[in-house]
Amino acid sequence: MLLTIEGLTKRYPTGDLALDKVDLQVPAGQVMALIGPSGAGKSTLIRCVNRLVEPSAGRVQLDGVELTALGSAALRRARRRMGMIFQEYALVERLTVMENVLSGRLGYVGFWASWFRRFPRKDVEEAFRLLDRVGLAHMADKRADALSGGQRQRVGIVRALMQDPKLLLVDEPTASLDPKTSRQIMRLIVELCAERGLAAIINIHDVALAQQFARRIVGLRAGRIVFDGPAEELRAEALTDIYGEEDWSQTIRPAEEEDEAAEAAL
Amino acid sequence: MSATTFDAAAAARAWRPPPLIATPWLRYAVYLGALAYALLAVSTIEVNWTRAAEGVERAGRFLGGFFPPDFITKRSDILEGLLESLTMTVVATGLGILLSIPVALGAARNLAPLPVYLFCRGIIAISRTFQEIIIAIVFVAMLGFGPLAGTLTLAFATIGFMAKLIAEDIEDIQASQAEAVRATGSSWFQLLAWGVLPQVRPRLIGLSAYRLDINFRESAVLGLVGAGGIGDTLNTSFDRYEFDTAAAVLIVIIVIVLACEYASGFIRRKVQ
Repeated sequence: MLLTIEGLTKRYPTGDLALDKVDLQVPAGQVMALIGPSGAGKSTLIRCVNRLVEPSAGRVQLDGVELTALGSAALRRARRRMGMIFQEYALVERLTVMENVLSGRLGYVGFWASWFRRFPRKDVEEAFRLLDRVGLAHMADKRADALSGGQRQRVGIVRALMQDPKLLLVDEPTASLDPKTSRQIMRLIVELCAERGLAAIINIHDVALAQQFARRIVGLRAGRIVFDGPAEELRAEALTDIYGEEDWSQTIRPAEEEDEAAEAAL
Repeated sequence: MSATTFDAAAAARAWRPPPLIATPWLRYAVYLGALAYALLAVSTIEVNWTRAAEGVERAGRFLGGFFPPDFITKRSDILEGLLESLTMTVVATGLGILLSIPVALGAARNLAPLPVYLFCRGIIAISRTFQEIIIAIVFVAMLGFGPLAGTLTLAFATIGFMAKLIAEDIEDIQASQAEAVRATGSSWFQLLAWGVLPQVRPRLIGLSAYRLDINFRESAVLGLVGAGGIGDTLNTSFDRYEFDTAAAVLIVIIVIVLACEYASGFIRRKVQ
């Protein structure tokens, strides 16, 4: 098991219980979608994994290393194996595309090397290779804020991959994108995970997208897991459990589209 | 739907733009209070018009002494004072900015823990409480007359000014960008260099240019209390009743301040 979460609980200082004894296991190479209403604790869950948010209780293990017990230096080393992709891209806007991509290597180089942008040649080479893979090699020296939304998210993906991660933590990757770009980005994430054998936890609002691109879906409601199963088993009753009463008949993917979508997921 | 019973036209007639102060009695209390204060304040001013008329004549004679400005007689003094002022300005600005950066980091609530935050805010408050002249008097008393006292004064004032404004800019950064840098496994200093600095750099450069300009103006004043620079030259020429030389010094100051202001404005436009 690549990632094992046991009894993960997060209570914010305001008293809000964001996560309530969550147990979750993710095997290597599995792409998992995490769905749930706003405020269900999806963002908190993935941030508790790399401890951008400090969990209140519970244990998180990545590849046998107990992340929740690590000191700050060891935590920084462990974070290198967890690439993160963000909702609003979270690129450092005044840096160039290449600088943003190379920032994925910050955990591997010393301070002065990073200050003078003296990254190892093979890192820069890998950066160009990945930028070319997502079709942005010609944008390397553009400032990040000159890019379109879809392009920025591609740079965000490349930055995460530069870390040489085992696991991708993906927070609402398509929330700021149009439907077509959303699908392209999801497809890219899933393809790259397959190419590199990465596991991914993808927080996502859009149930149809989740079903189309992830084979396993976990539903979170008020900090508890209320659904965990293959995408095709996500039925109206499950959606009612996760989101509450609503007419779900148009949301759930018709059976005839499943083959095509499964192909895309590969 | 209540569309049949709701009268939009009547609602539109009754609608008023919201006032600045919502509570009516408070609104009128504030307006009346301000008016009463203004009337009382004006009524207590005493003007001695005959004294003022004499003053105008005396001011005319005093200003007449300024013409023509004499750049030549005390040329070396002016030049020396000018160079001293410029040196003080550059050294003090550089030193002040260098020292203000750690203080700014400590005074940003999103980076520093509470004790550090309070300590650094304390430094800023002290630096900003005292006017440059007062600090200069203290430094002159401690270190004697000369440009060293002036330089330290300006550096000290620069810390408060820069640290406060940079700290506010740091508190306004987009947290998501810094979070993304943290998520890569960067160290704290890398977080500053990659997640924070790119976001505050334009402001840092712009404020530095602005502070250089302020420090030159201040250096002209500090001479009056013996803290060196072109202010010393100005003070000396007044003491010797050499108003023509004083006028020359003033013109030099004006020209340099204008040049500084233009340059700093240009730099600030470029980095935005």
